[in-house]
Amino acid sequence: MTPPDSIPFSQRHLLGIEGLSALEITQLLDLADTYVDLNRQVDKKQSVLRGRTQINVFFESSTRTRTSFELAGKRLGADTINMSIEGSSIKKGETLIDTAMTLNAMHPDVLVVRHSESGAVELLSQKVDCAVINAGDGSHEHPTQALLDALTIRRRRKKLTGLRIAICGDILHSRVARSNIHLLAAMGAEIRLIAPPTLLPPHADRLGVTVFTNMKKGLAGCDIIMMLRLQTERMHGSFVPSIREYFRFYGLDREKLALAKDDALVMHPGPMNRGVEIDTEIADDIVRSVIREQVEMGVAVRMACLHALLLPIANQPETDRSAMLLEKIRSGAP
Amino acid sequence: MKATTQRKAFINARLLDPALGMDLQGAILVDGHIIADLGPSLFADGIPDGIEVFDCAGKCLAPGLIDMRVFIGEPGTEHKETLATASEAAAVGGVTTIAMMPETDPVIDNVALVEFVARQARETAQVSILPTAAITKGLGGREMTEMGLLQSAGAVALTDGTHTIADSLVMRRVLSYASNFDILIMHHAAEPSLTKNGCMNEGEVATRLGLSGIPTAAETIIVERDIRLVELTGARYHVSSISTATALDAVRAAKQRGLPVTCGVSPVHFALNETSIGNYRTFAKLSPPLRSEDDRRAVVDALIDGTIDVIASCHMPQDQESKRQPFEQAEDGAVGLETLLPIGLELVHNGHLTLSEFLTKVTTRPAELLGLRRGSLRSGTPADLTIFDPDVPWVIDAGVFRSKSKNTPFENHPVQGRAVMTIVGGNIVHRLDGN
Repeated sequence: MTPPDSIPFSQRHLLGIEGLSALEITQLLDLADTYVDLNRQVDKKQSVLRGRTQINVFFESSTRTRTSFELAGKRLGADTINMSIEGSSIKKGETLIDTAMTLNAMHPDVLVVRHSESGAVELLSQKVDCAVINAGDGSHEHPTQALLDALTIRRRRKKLTGLRIAICGDILHSRVARSNIHLLAAMGAEIRLIAPPTLLPPHADRLGVTVFTNMKKGLAGCDIIMMLRLQTERMHGSFVPSIREYFRFYGLDREKLALAKDDALVMHPGPMNRGVEIDTEIADDIVRSVIREQVEMGVAVRMACLHALLLPIANQPETDRSAMLLEKIRSGAP
Repeated sequence: MKATTQRKAFINARLLDPALGMDLQGAILVDGHIIADLGPSLFADGIPDGIEVFDCAGKCLAPGLIDMRVFIGEPGTEHKETLATASEAAAVGGVTTIAMMPETDPVIDNVALVEFVARQARETAQVSILPTAAITKGLGGREMTEMGLLQSAGAVALTDGTHTIADSLVMRRVLSYASNFDILIMHHAAEPSLTKNGCMNEGEVATRLGLSGIPTAAETIIVERDIRLVELTGARYHVSSISTATALDAVRAAKQRGLPVTCGVSPVHFALNETSIGNYRTFAKLSPPLRSEDDRRAVVDALIDGTIDVIASCHMPQDQESKRQPFEQAEDGAVGLETLLPIGLELVHNGHLTLSEFLTKVTTRPAELLGLRRGSLRSGTPADLTIFDPDVPWVIDAGVFRSKSKNTPFENHPVQGRAVMTIVGGNIVHRLDGN
């Protein structure tokens, strides 16, 4: 793995994948790759971000993403604290901006923000002086999820370009789908969206994808199948008649999986609704399912994002352990 | 507005009046609050003594602009706009008459409030602010207001502001009953169940931003339904602010069938499209929403072929707290009184409309639809005049707006054309520095 040592990552925030270049995405994935190896060691502690303060501000509940960001920060040596700001009274925008101002006054170095409304993280980023990472905003973007998905695929398939990747399920409400579409399109993959018409966003075909409403046709010849969670909490009214009918036509079971390539990988951003969008047997199939691997990649990707935003990659201190690790990987030492 | 006995002469003007088919160099004499005389040879023998003379230096002199759709925060949300500040903004923008929306707090749905607003406007406003009244009580879309009494009290039209009457039976009765009084029904066309969770135009941009969309069908369904009901009832019906190609087709067809159907448009819908939202710019969050480029072009075409009768500012002041929100939570609307003329003149500079065709849509037609004896330079009518330079270039700066609210999607927009003097009832209410 060639570490990115010549071109610094130039973004101030990570608000979305849309607008990132293939080079920038590759930089982040390459750096994340080095952190995967590090995370598998007994001693995982780094000092790259020693003295830096990371605040995870979650306006919407989350366990896995928040934990993943917290671990990522701590492993890099940052001081990491969590703020969970839920409940309707606090969701008002003036509170959002007030919260941003308040947090900003505490001189954090990075804010990791999740919010239930599209664009809210962007708005907050305009009011603070530090870097902001979008940990999911409404139905807009969830960039670190797309990066960890890409890292998972790249480590398994050694490339992204040219792969046929199906994104299936509740695409309308999914920020994961949007970020993945932007990332995979930038990296030259063939993207298929598979969903009932009521769960497809209008003009989805203009995003550089092929749209299928028949899952069996859509899965034909796919290298990767990304399943999405049915987001009932974002649904106003009825989008599908019943869970039973949804699973019959859009749930991933053995029969439908058989239509993809023989070695097709199954992914899911979690948390899964077993028996709704994915059959339990497939979710737990250690040959086909890489769902747990995605979680592992999540920590590495978030370390890479924190690192890239807070320290230009090129200026990584020579004495730092990750630099030494990079050197070790480069030289092929055990 | 104090009447004055002073006589004023405006000379060396390009007199423009679409109602009279007039476009000529000449002068105009104002006596007190009315237009006394005008023409190319007026003052050919010199100007008599005792007349205050204003040299227009060849600039355009037209009837004052009549803005059919203006939201004002008085009573109820005076921190966003008062009758006084709205009238200052209007004066600066060359607007001399405002039809004020009833969407206040409380709602203008009874005689006492119509009279209150009319009196308050007379006492505090520099321009004419004419109240409209609600079609249904509390804008609730169910119970009709006292249309006849409201009209007698001075309501110039009936409208539920930004609310749509969803119930077709209620709408049928409204149109049926209103036809009795020959009062204009102005309707905001947006099928509520289709717009409920939407906050911008449905399409690729909304999909990319992860925002729920408002389909064009939401507007078209109501316009088409209402046209069928007009056919049943014969009422005068006006789509307040139209934004889609398909709804325009419906209006065009209704006009061809001879129905009393008209429509208005806000400058935002011929000057901007949905891409102005960019990265969640809430100043571009409007109702109806900014539409696609195809719809914008259809609006321009409909202005050219006359399907669109009126250009109205749809002035909707919002304070910072209402707009500094995540996009979905932010309030709709943009101020427009101070940008109506310059943005409207883009249509002239782009060659879409002649100056006279443009002026028709902001003077003659609104006056006709509201049944007002103004909007013309005819002798004996109120001296509501706008003198403007159609070519002067400037850049829109919300920082100098007279409106209490600064929510414009046109900030830093380069424009050409500006009101240099505004006269209401013979009184000069605005004079641009250096003119």
